[in-house]
Amino acid sequence: MNLNLQPNIPDPDGFYQELIDSQRDMSDAEAQMMNCRLILVLANHIGDREVLRAALKVAGGRVDHA
Amino acid sequence: MLETYTYPKFAYVPSAEQAEGRVVRHPVVVIGAGPIGLTAALDFGRRGIATVVLDDNDTVSIGSRAVCYAKRPLEIWDRLGCAAPMVAKGVSWKVGKVFFENDLRYTFDLLPEADHQMPAMINLQQYYLEEYMIAECGKLANVDLRWKHKVISLRQEPDHVVLTVETPDGVFTMEADWVVACDGANSDTRKMVGAEFTGQFFQDRFLIADVVMKADFPTERWFWFDPPFHRGQSTLLHKQSDDVWRIDFQLGWEADPVEEKKPERVIPRLKAMLGEATEFELEWVSIYQFACRRIDDFRHGRVLFAGDAAHQVSPFGARGANTGVQDIDNLGWKLKLVMEGAAPEALIDTYDEERAFAADDNLRQSTRSTDFITPKSEMSRRFRNAVLELAADHPFARPLVNSGRLSTPTPYVASSLNTPDEDAFEGRMVPGTNCADAPVEVNGRADWLLHHLGDGFTVLTFGPAPAKTVTSGAIVAKVASIGEDLVDARGLVAERYDGRPGTTYLIRPDQHVVARWRVFDAGRIARAIARACAAPGAQS
Repeated sequence: MNLNLQPNIPDPDGFYQELIDSQRDMSDAEAQMMNCRLILVLANHIGDREVLRAALKVAGGRVDHA
Repeated sequence: MLETYTYPKFAYVPSAEQAEGRVVRHPVVVIGAGPIGLTAALDFGRRGIATVVLDDNDTVSIGSRAVCYAKRPLEIWDRLGCAAPMVAKGVSWKVGKVFFENDLRYTFDLLPEADHQMPAMINLQQYYLEEYMIAECGKLANVDLRWKHKVISLRQEPDHVVLTVETPDGVFTMEADWVVACDGANSDTRKMVGAEFTGQFFQDRFLIADVVMKADFPTERWFWFDPPFHRGQSTLLHKQSDDVWRIDFQLGWEADPVEEKKPERVIPRLKAMLGEATEFELEWVSIYQFACRRIDDFRHGRVLFAGDAAHQVSPFGARGANTGVQDIDNLGWKLKLVMEGAAPEALIDTYDEERAFAADDNLRQSTRSTDFITPKSEMSRRFRNAVLELAADHPFARPLVNSGRLSTPTPYVASSLNTPDEDAFEGRMVPGTNCADAPVEVNGRADWLLHHLGDGFTVLTFGPAPAKTVTSGAIVAKVASIGEDLVDARGLVAERYDGRPGTTYLIRPDQHVVARWRVFDAGRIARAIARACAAPGAQS
């Protein structure tokens, strides 16, 4: 499976609002903790190491063996 | 401080060679009588190599030090005749609990497979372990333990090593065909040969305390991340024998190692953890920092490095002593075959090939645990805490919790000594893997498979043995039939080895699978033995 970088989320404006709203009442520290939990939850859902590695790279992360 | 243990004092015995001023060439000199040096003495001695062990001290390890011993080292010590007192005195455990802040977040069970002789893990103070091995060395006429012998310099010649040794009677010279350096993480021998010892240092300090108390904690490994009694750091609790408990406190890099060792600093930390009502006594305190690094080559000419002298890991996962014992398991038979001329010296080079491979695996595991336990940045601390928070409710996060991955052997899957499979097999016993134990019956009596492997090369064949032995050059491998010599009454050997009639395994003297086939073919077995001895031309 390849990392899907084409539009894939129905109602993009609605999703973006939901994402921002989910952290509306949080301090930066709380939101950063939530981001970490979110990344872990989503990464587990994807599961595929190739896809995850490609995502790390697209996001600007350092990937040593890709 | 209280003492539950009386340290033995071993007599310094002046050697005849020093007294008479003779320079004697010894087959093997082992430097250091810690767990690895003593394992070397027992392994080499049992294989028939006369072995001198030099130690600059005259007692066993001070303090509990290495505490957790895993199944594979126990199997090795069983082969060497000293596992029974260790298992009897040690505390067997298999459950680990991980706490974060106030709460239990995750429980693991090592879930040892049933029907193995040795337990998954025991906790035992290092001084007991050494005491039992020293007693066992006393039974071997060809093992010479010499206390108060300090190596002060070393010179390599093409076919031997010259050692300058200091004793209470002064300085004298010894020679050795081979030197095995088991002198620990600060190995002087390593400096004497100019070896590189590189890796990653961790900027953190840990306080270790041995505490004597009658506590009703269960016999489990408890690990706390950021507990209320020790904010921002981690703590580990382990039970040892004699009501001695081992407690490790992470202190951080700024901690003053001299101040933090003082009982007036240690006792309040323990009271905060154990509660004011718990009565305890301090037995031993130490501060350590750690590194993950290894030597550039396990062989420097005629000097071979083993244990912490060759590789240093963080303590999470009990990978220090456990790995070192497996170094010796790998080295002993190779030295023996080379010394008696049955294998070329190239076989010794495969000691580095196989054990550096294992050391790198251990270093990787240990570094990963350390990165989880002591995050290097605020963001990695957030990820770590997120894993711990999620682990309580969501199974997916539990395998990500890393409070130390407990030591298991590293199979030599890529070893040049293996004969790659040509036939199809199921299961775990691929060439390079240490043999799984299983119950067998011998002459109607209950026994264990591993008791019948390890004395030279062994051919294990399922069904009638077409021959009693297989010869390859100077090597004669005995053939053991599963069904005739060893009765697989419960079918567990067949299950663990995917054995069918005709299935044949070649087992190395260190109880590792090195080749296997679906039929017994003496020619192929002989070629695989040659290859397992690094014989020239046997690689093709």
